[in-house]
Amino acid sequence: MSQDVMTDPGKRPVLQVQNLRTEFRLRSSTVVAVDDVSLTVHEGECLGLVGESGCGKSTTGLSIMRLLPRIGHITGGKVLLGERDLTTLSEAEMRKVRGNDVAMIFQDPMTSLNPTSTIGVQVAEPLRIHFGTHRKAAAKRALEMLDLVGVPNPRERMDDYPHQLSGGLRQRVMIAMALTAQPKLLIADEPTTALDVTIQAQILDLLDRLREELSMAVLLITHDMGVIAGRTDRVMVMYAAKAVESTSTAELFEDTRHPYAKALLESVPQLTASSSTLLPTIPGQPPDLTNLTGGCRFAPRCRHAKPDCGTAEPTLEELEAGHLVACFHPVGSEPEPAADAPELAAPAPEPVADEAADEPAAELPTVVQRVQAVLGITLEPRPAEPPPAGPPAAAEPVGAQAAADPMSAPVLVEIERLFKEYPVRRGLGLGFGPPAASVKAVSGISLTIRRGETFGLAGESGCGKTTLGRIVAGHEHPTAGTVRIDGKEILRLHGAELRRGRRQQQLMFQDPYASLNPRMRVGAIIREPLMVQGSGNRRQQWERVAELLGEIGLSRRAMDLYPHEFSGGQRQRIGLARALALNPGLIVADEPVSALDVSIQSQILNLMKRLQRDHGLTYMVVSHDLSVLRYLSDTIGVMYLGKLVEYGPADDVYDAPAHPYTHGLIQTIPVPDPKIERTKEKAAVRGELPSPVHPPSGCRFRTRCPLAQELCAQQEPPMQVFGPGHVAACHFPLQPPTTLEPPPGVQLAMTDPRGDA
Amino acid sequence: MIAQAAALPGEEISRPSSIWKQSLATFIENRLALAGAIVLVLLILFSFVGPLLYHTNQTATNLINENLAPSGSHLLGTTPEGRDELGRLMVGGQSTIEVGLGVGVLATLFGMVYGSVAGYLGGVVDAVMMRIVDALLSIPYLFFVVLLAALVQVNLLVLILVLSAVSWLSTARLVRGETLSLRTRDFVSASTGFGSRMRHVIARHITPNLLGVVVVNGTLKVADAILAFAAVAYLGLGPAPPATNWGELISAGINNLFDGYWWQLWPAGVLIVAIVIAVNVIGDGLSDVVEVRLQKR
Ligand code: SF4
Ligand code: SF4
Repeated sequence: MSQDVMTDPGKRPVLQVQNLRTEFRLRSSTVVAVDDVSLTVHEGECLGLVGESGCGKSTTGLSIMRLLPRIGHITGGKVLLGERDLTTLSEAEMRKVRGNDVAMIFQDPMTSLNPTSTIGVQVAEPLRIHFGTHRKAAAKRALEMLDLVGVPNPRERMDDYPHQLSGGLRQRVMIAMALTAQPKLLIADEPTTALDVTIQAQILDLLDRLREELSMAVLLITHDMGVIAGRTDRVMVMYAAKAVESTSTAELFEDTRHPYAKALLESVPQLTASSSTLLPTIPGQPPDLTNLTGGCRFAPRCRHAKPDCGTAEPTLEELEAGHLVACFHPVGSEPEPAADAPELAAPAPEPVADEAADEPAAELPTVVQRVQAVLGITLEPRPAEPPPAGPPAAAEPVGAQAAADPMSAPVLVEIERLFKEYPVRRGLGLGFGPPAASVKAVSGISLTIRRGETFGLAGESGCGKTTLGRIVAGHEHPTAGTVRIDGKEILRLHGAELRRGRRQQQLMFQDPYASLNPRMRVGAIIREPLMVQGSGNRRQQWERVAELLGEIGLSRRAMDLYPHEFSGGQRQRIGLARALALNPGLIVADEPVSALDVSIQSQILNLMKRLQRDHGLTYMVVSHDLSVLRYLSDTIGVMYLGKLVEYGPADDVYDAPAHPYTHGLIQTIPVPDPKIERTKEKAAVRGELPSPVHPPSGCRFRTRCPLAQELCAQQEPPMQVFGPGHVAACHFPLQPPTTLEPPPGVQLAMTDPRGDA
Repeated sequence: MIAQAAALPGEEISRPSSIWKQSLATFIENRLALAGAIVLVLLILFSFVGPLLYHTNQTATNLINENLAPSGSHLLGTTPEGRDELGRLMVGGQSTIEVGLGVGVLATLFGMVYGSVAGYLGGVVDAVMMRIVDALLSIPYLFFVVLLAALVQVNLLVLILVLSAVSWLSTARLVRGETLSLRTRDFVSASTGFGSRMRHVIARHITPNLLGVVVVNGTLKVADAILAFAAVAYLGLGPAPPATNWGELISAGINNLFDGYWWQLWPAGVLIVAIVIAVNVIGDGLSDVVEVRLQKR
């Protein structure tokens, strides 16, 4: 029962996967990681495979390549490459297929490149192995390939080792390697996930171009609906090891039929979305594949679920020509089930259920009963605080508090002429001798954050945004400059005063796996700040822990468990609870959701908003993800190579950016809408971030700026005002400056106090 | 839906909620390690409980009974001094195990404190502390022992101290490396972020996370110490009789091997090989536990 779309009969299918089944044999159980998946990729076509982590998309790719880890086994189905079934080949034959007929590129090129040989040798290697090409001829071809994939100065680069290249260049080299033997099929597994949006766009453009030029078939595996929208011809959505929807890209975005695909699309923060509504979320998390209960795998999270969904498992059926969906009650076939599931209201613009509604609400009664039974105590639902289960103050949009008078709230954080440089030492790094040069991570930044607002700091990796965040959170010392929080200069504090002062600002970490001590129980983790700061007695501290757990929507039982027993999203909540324990005024969140899946992301983002509303928190959110920032922020700052290039109210900055870099960044974000994606100009920001050791003279962006002129190299552009509270530093801005007053704390002339800039 | 793990009733039963239970399960899964643990327990019983059941005179020499072959009254024959060989093996086992565990514990504790301080403080302090370790590592331990034997009367305590003085060095190196990487972990930053002192951070965050590797390393130290002790005793530098140990028994056995007194050599040899292998596979099992824990983090 191979169910697959055979569109476009004019083109030859390159790859046909039929009813593929892959199992992982673990110590105690067997997990079916790919369950009955069929797909076809035609010549010159790009098929997208999309889903959240653990859905089996990468395993599908690895199964085709027969590169599964040792515990993985293909236990059913066929992988037809042309006429040959790859699952029946011997390992020796398979080796010939890999790199020759099929090639694969991965998320992290560093692990797939050999650190001990030069890239020239590595790119030539497939030719020498598969065709026995002579060394010189192979080297010549390698040079051509490096040129083809856009490696600048390929002749010089041939002798470089992988660690000497940036992430983007490494990925290009990987692609060159994959394509030297001109394979018929390229499998790209999250090829750009580790890269910045600007580089991502360039790499994806490159893949598009090569696909056309070499009329290759591409299987693009990604979690990013924006990438899918812009780059694929057809899509297959996977959930919990199964294919749930398969159709053409345009059709998927226009007429999504599977409830999961629909919900996934909705929960992506939109660039255009106003920050005053809550994001739609998918409640819960994907099922545990070791413990499936039968029935539709999405049923526990599905807002369309009916009783029959729990008993039988839906199979992929062709709803319309070329549109396959595995669902008993596809979206649009029946009236929206808003009536019988009121708490999960509806899509984007309508008032959206607070995620609280799908969380503690669903869980609280049973948990409370159980905890009461277990502990023999009575648990009150949280008093006073807006009850999480209650109707989520839908009329009063979150963020309203800050949005109401963003310009008049008192200032909480003042950053003045902040510099941070890291010495780069020669030799053995023993700490002796003068530094040879320095990395200029933050170069003279001044800005203010108002009480109760969310300040979003954007920029590519390496631009210094994380450093700035860590300095504000008190985790790092600047080279020069001051940071005042609530009027107090945090950098002047010492010893006990410093330790006490730490209450005021807390850091929320990016990696929920690294930020919680694996040897401590969750209760002890959340209590630690209270203990360290000696706030309250033992009993009060534990009460506070319970209260905090309630706020983040976890039951009291969580206290006795260890972090490894929680999912990524839950750990991120626990981290948030710990950050909140001391009632800080300011929370600095460093990429708070970038380690999480989209459906979990929106839960955390909504939680952050709710906590802000309830506690009047001020956030400084550092992220490379402009859609997330758009959703969270009232004010946005954009950094480039240690400098603040644009700063202003989020709506103004997004709708009418004045700086070419901001404009480029916004342009480059893949949006989950094929119509917008297809009409975009190619990669709006060219090239790569220059070295922060020797930043360009004048405007630091000039090496990549499409508008750069001579003046830009000679003079550093001053800050100019473009609207109330909106400033940018550019000689040739995208809109004429006004003569309004600059926002407080922002100096128009950026002078280096040490006078050596 | 809150917490698949944390909140669904009935689901917890299947998952061992305590880290200890889970660790024990993993350890037992490694059959070899389990066998090693059983062997070790048997050897400890043999050495410490054995003498209570099998009475022999291990202090006086008895030249009439020297070199007797195994028989009803001397199950494993007698030594060149006429002591009962089986009883001798028990006494020898006591000191062997004492030295092994003593060195294992002492070297691990000292190495751990030293290494974690160096790793946590970093910079110049670390550089100086680790150069000292390097310098000491370059001196062979036998040199220490020979030197000491010439200067003082070697007893068990002295030996434990000397062997520990050599053994802690590699532990210190290991711990320092681990601490360096732990120090930069987010949960440590988080802790200093809300005002923790160094003491608190080392006690609550660094040490508990070091325990895994350190315990594994400590187990291997025990095996090393037993072998080193045997070597030292074989060279005749061990504590004087009537104290004994398996290494010394082997040495005596080899002297008389060509007279056909096999019972003086082979039993001691088998025991020492058994205990070293047992301790090593236990270490192996423990590292499984640590690794699994890291995976499931
Ligand atoms: S089969 Fe039922 S539960 Fe599954 S996605 Fe369709 S409506 Fe939802
Ligand atoms: S100052 Fe010049 S180089 Fe810099 S952003 Fe403006 S136009 Fe581009």
